[in-house]
Amino acid sequence: MNKWTNTGQGPGLLISSVPGPTATGLGEPQAEVEETLKRIQSHKGVIGTMVVNAEGIPIRTTLDNSTTVQYAGLLHQLTMKARSTVRDIDPQNDLTFLRIRSKKHEIMVAPDKEYLLIVIQNPCE
Amino acid sequence: MAPKQKQKKKSSRGKKSPKPILAGHPEIYPLVLTTKTQEIFNCRIDEDVTDEQPYKLINKEDIFEDLRNRAAVSDFHPVKKIVQEYPGNELLLVYDKDFKYGLNFYLIGTEEGKENYLNITYMISQKRIEFGAPVKFSDQNASSVKDAYIECTAYPDKNFTLKQLEKDVGMQVIPQIKDISTQTEWTYPKNATIQYYPREFSEEEKETLKQSRPLVDFLNNASISVEIALQQNEIMNTFIDDWKYLAEEEGTFGDKTDTHLKEYQSFTDLHSPTEKMITCISWHPTIYGLIAVSVAVRLSFEDRVYFSGKLLLQPSLILFWSFSDPIHPQLMLESPDDIFCFKFCPSDPNIIAGGCINGQIVLWDITAHADRIENIKAGGSRSKKATLKPMFLLEPESNKEAMYIRHCAVSSIESGHKKVITDIHWLSDTFEINRMGSVFENRSGICCQLVTCSADCTICFWDIRPQKPLTPQTTEKKKEESIEIPFDVPSTFLHLDLSWKPLSKIRLSKGETSLDHCPTRISLNEDHKTLTQSKTVKAGEMNPYHNLESGMANLLKPIDDFCTKFFVGTEDGEVIYTDWKMEKDPETGRHMPKKPVSIHTIHDGTVHTIQRSPFYNDIILTVGGWNVAIWKEGVMTGPLLQSCCAPKMYTSGHWSLTRPGVFYIGREDGYIDIWDLLEKTHEPAQSQNICITMITYIKPWIFSAKQQFIAIADYYGTLHILEIPWTLSRPSTNEMTSVNYYFEREVKHLEYVEQRKNIREQEKKEMELEMEKKKIKTYQKSKEQMEAELKMDYESYLELEKTVLINLGLLKVTEKGSYMDVV
Repeated sequence: MNKWTNTGQGPGLLISSVPGPTATGLGEPQAEVEETLKRIQSHKGVIGTMVVNAEGIPIRTTLDNSTTVQYAGLLHQLTMKARSTVRDIDPQNDLTFLRIRSKKHEIMVAPDKEYLLIVIQNPCE
Repeated sequence: MAPKQKQKKKSSRGKKSPKPILAGHPEIYPLVLTTKTQEIFNCRIDEDVTDEQPYKLINKEDIFEDLRNRAAVSDFHPVKKIVQEYPGNELLLVYDKDFKYGLNFYLIGTEEGKENYLNITYMISQKRIEFGAPVKFSDQNASSVKDAYIECTAYPDKNFTLKQLEKDVGMQVIPQIKDISTQTEWTYPKNATIQYYPREFSEEEKETLKQSRPLVDFLNNASISVEIALQQNEIMNTFIDDWKYLAEEEGTFGDKTDTHLKEYQSFTDLHSPTEKMITCISWHPTIYGLIAVSVAVRLSFEDRVYFSGKLLLQPSLILFWSFSDPIHPQLMLESPDDIFCFKFCPSDPNIIAGGCINGQIVLWDITAHADRIENIKAGGSRSKKATLKPMFLLEPESNKEAMYIRHCAVSSIESGHKKVITDIHWLSDTFEINRMGSVFENRSGICCQLVTCSADCTICFWDIRPQKPLTPQTTEKKKEESIEIPFDVPSTFLHLDLSWKPLSKIRLSKGETSLDHCPTRISLNEDHKTLTQSKTVKAGEMNPYHNLESGMANLLKPIDDFCTKFFVGTEDGEVIYTDWKMEKDPETGRHMPKKPVSIHTIHDGTVHTIQRSPFYNDIILTVGGWNVAIWKEGVMTGPLLQSCCAPKMYTSGHWSLTRPGVFYIGREDGYIDIWDLLEKTHEPAQSQNICITMITYIKPWIFSAKQQFIAIADYYGTLHILEIPWTLSRPSTNEMTSVNYYFEREVKHLEYVEQRKNIREQEKKEMELEMEKKKIKTYQKSKEQMEAELKMDYESYLELEKTVLINLGLLKVTEKGSYMDVV
């Protein structure tokens, strides 16, 4: 994208500026999705990443189908429960993040109105 | 003449008018009627006059007629007068059956009597006083007095029965109903399992969703917090329990500072006249406290030849020692010659195979004595003084403590090894091999094959099952059958005795030269677990070793990708990694053993120990000469660890059975070096003196979690049993991973060294080339080149001048143009 700036020196001067920082437009949203997920997946110890919709149906995943479906179903219910717990205590509050630490790994759930992002990490060195 | 019957109701004296003949009846006149008379008057007895009707009425006229006819003869003659006077017309004649009145008939003379007779009257009399007296009535049971009542029983009278011929009946039809009830358990269906499948999006839906804006926004927002969380975990594990990880282990069982091996017991054979040395040790796999050693005379080859006559008289033995009896061995196995190595069969500890100095393999079967050695009680020694008698004078029966057991079978002398057998191993019971060296599944479930290596540069594979003879050899069989076998020797391996040939032979040749490698030890890639788990054969079942032929007929399945390579240590200090599988030599068409994969000469002396670690199947310890080396199978570049030369020669070695990084090395001065790879790798961690002479064999053994022993044999024939202290037997918590890590590091180090070597090679080459080039250059430097060089130098000087002038401001810089124009 080229920016045309008027420096006020006269029409003769043309300063062509370097294209600005990357803001990929509406044309490639899936590349962005892929890129984000890849970035998350490349963190140390991450076993799997998945994106689940509001009903618990997986959209994107890096694990195999059966595991994904299991995680999606269970964590979706748990997130709903957690959210309702938080809101019951204080209706103006809302759940922002859910972390479950177990012996073997840590499950991180980032909830949203419509989607859920689930990441499983093995934190032990 | 009518009879009067008196009937008295009460017991009262009634009037009785006695009469001499007639009992008060003057009108009765007895008569005798003859048969003729009876016929005339029709009063024949039993025909006209019967018991029912004993009377007959007779006309007076008839009687008168009879009287006229027969006058005096007539029977009525005595009563003629009465008849005449009779008023009536008919007289009653009664048949007197019972002769009551004296004669068989009687006539009743009066009308009145006739009436009375025909109509019987009763006369009842009673005492006058009793007339009019008040009557006393009393009750009486009707059935108590006989005939006190008269009953009229009903009886069916056929006259009065009516047969109903018509009946008016009404009918109503109803359904048949039955009421039944039962009590049951109510089983109702309950959901046991639910089969379901999850809802999923199809691929297109996923794609459309991916492109939707909300998803992108969500991900951008969510990934921030997720990444923070991920990073937090990477930085620090907040949930770790530092206190717990600080501690090494729980309570220790002994003094932690005590690291010495403690002397427990020692065994020496006092009976042997010559000096012996121990060549091989083996603990009994199942019985606690039983250890077997093989002894050989301590003579050099020349001495052996010199004293061969004397040596023949002394049997070579394997002695079984038990902890409970340090003076007398429990069992003594005889063999034709000195044994240099032997092993218990892993699947049946009663079978022992040993290799002799003359190249024969000897097999023993001590099943018959198994119960003897299992129940060894302490304090069994009878004779306190040691009787030092030469062995050939000892009778087997008199020595009640130990028994001589003759060997069961020996291998064939011609087709076996020609020199001393240096190592013998049982092949694992999971596989078996055939003549070509191909590996098959072992269906018989027992160890049935052996591998030996000998100083005649061959490695042989043997099978203890009876071989099917390829060609009928009847004559040779007969010859062998004539050999008599003592009766107390079990016949388990009778089929092998003296005719046992190896399955296949591999010659370790050094290529073109005639000198071959002389193997001293071999180490196969086998499962070590079979050695500690020995399947005890139950008494009722057939011992598979007594029925060896049964497993032969099975068709065997070949095992693919089985590693047929193994390590061999030689007399010259080389460690060879070779393959036992035969391949077909293209030139000659015969089956030849493959060439060794790698040969390394590391040790300066005979390699007398090659051993796989009990923890890692691919880590091998080799001890020989003055140093120790640790190898990893697969890494062919060199040993992972090679120790520097020790001051004293190493003569034996063994891994520790419980600690992965510890091994024991025996020296020639009687010291034992204990190496701990996690402590120090350049020298032993500990050194301890055991005896005064060379240590010939080391063998540790685990008895329980708390008790571990190590058996050390020395050159003078003494077997020392020492107890391993707690520190040396108990591994630390991360020892296995640490040692693993150490080996991996070493492997990487080796790889790095290789790489560096390659790089160095390359660099070296490059350097050499450059040197060459330079030499060439300086050599052929011609005049033109020198001039060109000078010109170059001058030009560079000019440039330098220009830049200096410009910097000083003495020359103007033009925007366009190059420096070349200026020059």
